[in-house]
Amino acid sequence: MSDLRDLYQEVILDHNKRPRNFGVLTPADHHVDGHNPLCGDRLTVYLRLEGDRIADVSFVGTGCAISKASASMMTDSVKGRTVAEADALFTSFHDMITAPPDAAAAAAATLGKLAVFSGVSEYPTRVKCATLAWHTLQAALHASADTVSTESGD
Amino acid sequence: MPVHTPSPLRRLDPVALRDEFPILAERIHGHRLVYLDNANTTQKPRSVIEAESSYYAHDNANIHRSTHLLSERATKAYEGARARVAALIHAPDPHQVIFTRGCTEGINLVAQSWGRANLGPGDEVLVTWMEHHSNIVPWQIVCAQTGAVLKVVPFDDTGTLDLDAFDRLLGERTRFVSLIHVSNALGTINPVKDLIARAHARGVPVLVDGAQAVPHMPVDVVDLDCDFYAFSAHKMYGPTGIGALYGRRELLDAMPPWQGGGDMIASVTFEQTTYNVVPYKFEAGTPNIAGVVAFGAAVDFLRQFDLDEVAAHEADLLRYATDRLSTVGGVRVIGTARDKAGLVSFVLDGVHPHDIGTILDREGVAVRTGQHCAQPVMDRFGVPATVRASFAIYNTRDEVDALVSALTVVREVFG
Repeated sequence: MSDLRDLYQEVILDHNKRPRNFGVLTPADHHVDGHNPLCGDRLTVYLRLEGDRIADVSFVGTGCAISKASASMMTDSVKGRTVAEADALFTSFHDMITAPPDAAAAAAATLGKLAVFSGVSEYPTRVKCATLAWHTLQAALHASADTVSTESGD
Repeated sequence: MPVHTPSPLRRLDPVALRDEFPILAERIHGHRLVYLDNANTTQKPRSVIEAESSYYAHDNANIHRSTHLLSERATKAYEGARARVAALIHAPDPHQVIFTRGCTEGINLVAQSWGRANLGPGDEVLVTWMEHHSNIVPWQIVCAQTGAVLKVVPFDDTGTLDLDAFDRLLGERTRFVSLIHVSNALGTINPVKDLIARAHARGVPVLVDGAQAVPHMPVDVVDLDCDFYAFSAHKMYGPTGIGALYGRRELLDAMPPWQGGGDMIASVTFEQTTYNVVPYKFEAGTPNIAGVVAFGAAVDFLRQFDLDEVAAHEADLLRYATDRLSTVGGVRVIGTARDKAGLVSFVLDGVHPHDIGTILDREGVAVRTGQHCAQPVMDRFGVPATVRASFAIYNTRDEVDALVSALTVVREVFG
């Protein structure tokens, strides 16, 4: 039970229950669908850019608590940032849950609130849940794909 | 090579049986392992594990080729396993059993060999809405290749196949029917014998995907009168990467090979190649010999028991689990057909199956969560995924209790 709390922290459960920036964004410059075919998670990330700054971002979809909370907290943390800053956040986020412990801890230290997802590193099968929204945002930011699947490479 | 039914049959004692499965002694996150993911793959008894290692330690050689003693022993072990598999499903002749990589490959073999030779533009292939992806995609591929069209028989809110729709969809252009015997996502046991008779009345051949049936109930391909029957070893206590396809003799004889190579030929010249006889025509290249030998051991394991008794044991677990789950607030069972095999698919209000899976795992309970390779079934019920507990010969009521108690931890975490 106690180690489950490392994964399911109150902040994560709260964002799961009351996701922020949840809904279709109009007008939006980009929207990309993200899909995890193994567990059936689906979400769409909407994005409006002003120059290279993220003016607004939202998402809709269904998924597990980890993927939903991750999408919710991601939208909170990238809103108002530049594309480069959002890219850097994703790199740190990814390192926090996949890198060896020292590098992961260093990455977590830069992530502020997003550090609540550090517990995911203990659950390798859940890494895809935590990163689905981020991969989808990346595709929207760089207009690199209309859909993203967790099963087409990481 | 006659294979006799072992007699007398061994009385089914699930608790005593557990000692024969070394993995069941594993500790998972500090808990005893409660393995309820048997529809995904079953665990292996010591006899199967030892058959594979003993083959490599004592008999290893290539089959059907060399004149030395080891090759003779390997060939005998391989063909002996074919006879055992044939006996399990009551195939009239072991040569009607083709070894494949698994149920999926068996279906692909029929789609590519029978399908490409017999389907044309506008022809129809009939499947059901509850097929595993492995009985949808091979037909989509061959439909794209031939211009044939895939038709789908729906099921009702309980997960029972709509037989009137089956009759309506079985039309002038239907050339083939491919059906799942037991739904891996819902547990529904389909009335395949009846459906086969309806298809045959119109001269349409039928393949049955028996992956979830063979380990859990008696299967008799002659009584069913099916044209093809595909299944996997790993879901019936055997190794992964091996399976079998039964086929009606005259169909197999008429079908073209689907892979070329060694062992599947009678003679090869650059001008003309003649193919070997069935089943060798469909077994190109050196096969997974050790896997086949262990598959034979898995059949021996299963055939010690009265399969009706196995089915009754798993039906008891299903009843018990369904009752116990109904006491957990917010549980909705997905798949409530009258005829069900020993698996229960469910969702829990407000908690995604994936989160449930992680929490159950921390309590030592292994279940499957997700779409079960049956996305159309999930879409039909409007759920993204389910939790599935599936039972095998070695499961006990205690383990159902462990599942239910682990679900209370889910409630504690999610409130």
